[in-house]
Amino acid sequence: MPEILDQARTQVLENGVGLDEAGVLAVLNLPDEDVPAALQLAHEVRMRWCGPEVEVEGIVSLKTGGCPEDCHFCSQSGLFTSPVRSVWLDIPALVEAAKQTAATGATEFCIVAAVRGPDARLMKQMREGVAAIRAEVDIQVAASLGMLSQEQVDELVEMGVHRYNHNLETCRSYFPNVVTTHSWEERWETLRMVRESGMEVCCGGILGLGETVEQRAEFAAQLADLDPHEVPLNFLNPRPGTPLADRPVVEGKDALRAIAAFRLAMPRTILRYAGGRELTLGDLGTRDGLLGGINAVIVGNYLTTLGRPATADLALLEDLKMPVKALSATL
Amino acid sequence: MTELVEPVAPAEPAGAGRWCDRCGEPSAAGGHDACAAARALEPPRYCVHCRRRMKVQVVPTGWSAVCVEHGEIRG
Repeated sequence: MPEILDQARTQVLENGVGLDEAGVLAVLNLPDEDVPAALQLAHEVRMRWCGPEVEVEGIVSLKTGGCPEDCHFCSQSGLFTSPVRSVWLDIPALVEAAKQTAATGATEFCIVAAVRGPDARLMKQMREGVAAIRAEVDIQVAASLGMLSQEQVDELVEMGVHRYNHNLETCRSYFPNVVTTHSWEERWETLRMVRESGMEVCCGGILGLGETVEQRAEFAAQLADLDPHEVPLNFLNPRPGTPLADRPVVEGKDALRAIAAFRLAMPRTILRYAGGRELTLGDLGTRDGLLGGINAVIVGNYLTTLGRPATADLALLEDLKMPVKALSATL
Repeated sequence: MTELVEPVAPAEPAGAGRWCDRCGEPSAAGGHDACAAARALEPPRYCVHCRRRMKVQVVPTGWSAVCVEHGEIRG
């Protein structure tokens, strides 16, 4: 057993204290033959500190494309020659999407908009949309609308949005290579306001943007410092027309190392499979990750790309004897 | 949500029309195997009849794509 896993067994599994940056880096550098042991330990940590339930979520894009920011991985930036056109979802379609999500057994429905931050039109659409969903659908509503002002944070709380997603995307030292139209610190400021408001903080990122293994460890440590309720873990799905269109996808083994390492850094967080897992891990790898620290999934489609059918993920969870977290357990 | 301008037509596989619905290049030119493979996890982006970029809305259980000239397809 590698020394870092012995250390993690005591520190993380028994005492619930996450690995620091050096510890995460040691896990990320484990040789292939030690990856199964790392995943097994990460799974034990997840079961000990989070339990067997899996939180299921659906996401939908309320406003697609035409974003003024230049996040190099994103097909929704208006600054790149991406084929994604700008489109808005109307309220009846939003409510229908929430109903379809709830029908899968999901407890979370996240409304996302491709914007720097919400303007008055978007906030009005959110007010009406969240109210309509809360009136008709038994599901928790989350939001992801970019950078917020304090007034907007307060307004989202008033609407009943219980969790806010704002990804840091990558570590502080690599962020300027990925986004130049705003800073990592600006994102952190929104996260600070969200936390102080009482909304749950959802913050993760994307692996495979060109960051080094050391920067991946740096990112895990920075997320652990933030201590979010949820960490969505994406793997780059290179999008046509974006500056990262030609980047290779993350190797499956590296993705699994990262899953184990992020779990060992954050033993109590909701660690969610987000975009790119189909490409990076496939069916078998998806299963390995669920047995290696993941305890939440986005089911169905993503914002501009498609995912596995919800039924396939739900069947997998049943096969693994992992119950879907009930709505009553989240209230 | 975008308006329906014509009756819903069935989704066509990449390269089934004059233009590839993923990259927008001529289907006859060939070389769209990667596009067809990628389309398993992507909605169409270009109208196969006229190459216009479509307005595409993805929702958790499906997608719709509208060409201003040739109407809506769903998947």
